[in-house]
Amino acid sequence: MYKVIIIDDEYLARSVVKEYLAGHADLELVAECGDGFEGVKAIQQYQPDLIFLDIQMPKINGFEMLELIEEPPAVIFTTAFDEYAIRAFEAHAVDYLLKPFNKDRFDKAVGKWAEQKKSAPAVVDQGLLETAALSPSQNQRIVVKNGNKIKIIPVHDIWYLEAADDYVKVHTPEGYFLKNKTMGYFEQVLDKQQFARCHRSYIVNVQQITRIDPYEKDNHVALLRSGARVPVSRGGYGKLKSVLGL
Amino acid sequence: MAMNPLSARRFLIIFSVAWLVLITGHALLLNWFGLSLQVAVADSLISNLLLLGVCLMVINTLRFYSPSSGQYMNVVVLCLVLGIFWLLLDRSILWWTLGSEEEYFSFLQRSLVIRAAFGMLILGFISLTCIVWHNFQDLQLNEERKADAEKLAKDAELFKLRQQLQPHFLFNSLNSINALIGLRPDEARKMVQQLSDFLRGTLKKDETQWVSLQEELQYLELYLDIEKVRFGNRLSTEVTCEEGTGTLVLPALLLQPVMENAIKFGLYDTIGDTVITLHAAREDEHLIIQVQNPYDPETSSPKQGTGFGLSSVQRRLYLLFGRNDLLQTSGEENIFTTIIRIPQPGDPTDKKITAPLPSNKLCIK
Repeated sequence: MYKVIIIDDEYLARSVVKEYLAGHADLELVAECGDGFEGVKAIQQYQPDLIFLDIQMPKINGFEMLELIEEPPAVIFTTAFDEYAIRAFEAHAVDYLLKPFNKDRFDKAVGKWAEQKKSAPAVVDQGLLETAALSPSQNQRIVVKNGNKIKIIPVHDIWYLEAADDYVKVHTPEGYFLKNKTMGYFEQVLDKQQFARCHRSYIVNVQQITRIDPYEKDNHVALLRSGARVPVSRGGYGKLKSVLGL
Repeated sequence: MAMNPLSARRFLIIFSVAWLVLITGHALLLNWFGLSLQVAVADSLISNLLLLGVCLMVINTLRFYSPSSGQYMNVVVLCLVLGIFWLLLDRSILWWTLGSEEEYFSFLQRSLVIRAAFGMLILGFISLTCIVWHNFQDLQLNEERKADAEKLAKDAELFKLRQQLQPHFLFNSLNSINALIGLRPDEARKMVQQLSDFLRGTLKKDETQWVSLQEELQYLELYLDIEKVRFGNRLSTEVTCEEGTGTLVLPALLLQPVMENAIKFGLYDTIGDTVITLHAAREDEHLIIQVQNPYDPETSSPKQGTGFGLSSVQRRLYLLFGRNDLLQTSGEENIFTTIIRIPQPGDPTDKKITAPLPSNKLCIK
């Protein structure tokens, strides 16, 4: 028996999947979730083998939900229309179902999952999340997990980001949050008019900068409104100047 | 082929009267110079009818040939040639018919220069009038064409704005129907009907047409009913209209994107039950519609939240009324408010919205 969870904010959309699942005796539906928060909880609780995940959901979308899970299960996406999501799926997903879909198409997706499971353990392709993150809606906020709580940070609230081993520290007025991503990822995703990689280990929100002072011989330091000081390397100073239009 | 100026009734009358005056004046003048009335009238008739013929030739020529600004010399030459032709012909005929009197003959010879000047003057004046008239016609035609083009562009833009109906909505509705077919076929059938009526409404309505609030609300109801099937008990709506607002009018399909926007932020992006309210009121000569929806300031700040839906409404209002102050939005606490003011037409039987085109050129993105 394999455990399955359906995550979709529309009741009728869940019931279609449920109906189609009834034909698969080896798949057991352990939970149904109406949003990403419930999804995170249910996945932690049940450790499912496969999830059916909608993309457009309230508060946090399907991709953001996946980012919050340390070892995500295999995912079959179900979505109606989202050109960015579809681009991401085409490149990286196990399979995806475009609503409305019929039983045959559903069975095919489950079959594909069963095939892949034999050969390799399920891992969510990072490329999927990164491609999806380029969608316009998603670069407006960063979703982080803080203990058991899920925190949504609007990007304009970010002061700066700092590299910390495998994580990135997202500094905000409420303190910092850790996100399991690389600096390169954020540099790509965040709006280049607002954020500048001013240092190998720092990305700064240029709207927060009040002053840039020389520091030691070749370096500078950026003073933020909050009083924080962010190091600026020689190359980073050039980037900052171009973003600020100096 | 351009129209003949003489085909315009007013022109024809003026032209005929002027010619009668000319003939009479000519005859009286000659009579005053001492010619007998009979001779004076004959001279006037012959000269002026010939001149009339030449003028008609000029008018006809200018119907087919409209000189560009560098070619006015051609017209002058034409007038000169025809003028000389007329003068020679006139002189020959007069001489041949009336030249038996010695006194008249010498008078004819003496008056040739004046006759020539006079004929040229008339010819010149006629050509000038024709040219101005034709230019004016062209200008009017161009204006019409330009207005047509602008109207077409405006329609196309409005259509494009309208077409951005969320594909999400369509596919998700179809998905709900798919689910209902298995669960509750009767409801599936009902939803297919609602969706069809809704789509038909979207397609057939003319964007530049006034519709009554009542009609628009009925249409909106279809949309909301579909969303209610999709989201079940989560969505409830309160629609209130102050007395007498039902017959007020608004541009067709204007409210729907506003409602879509309210649903997007109030329903798609929130968890739990959602109430969306619509209130219609009248204030002076405006229909005021206020839509309120809850929103989550954490995930969607109202600044970015105006989103596509409302910017298209703003654009439409601008295209239709040439005003940018008809849409207002505000976000307070967790409630987002959209207020639209719709100027009522002066003539309530006027079906078509005939607000002035914005003075600046339309640009199509």
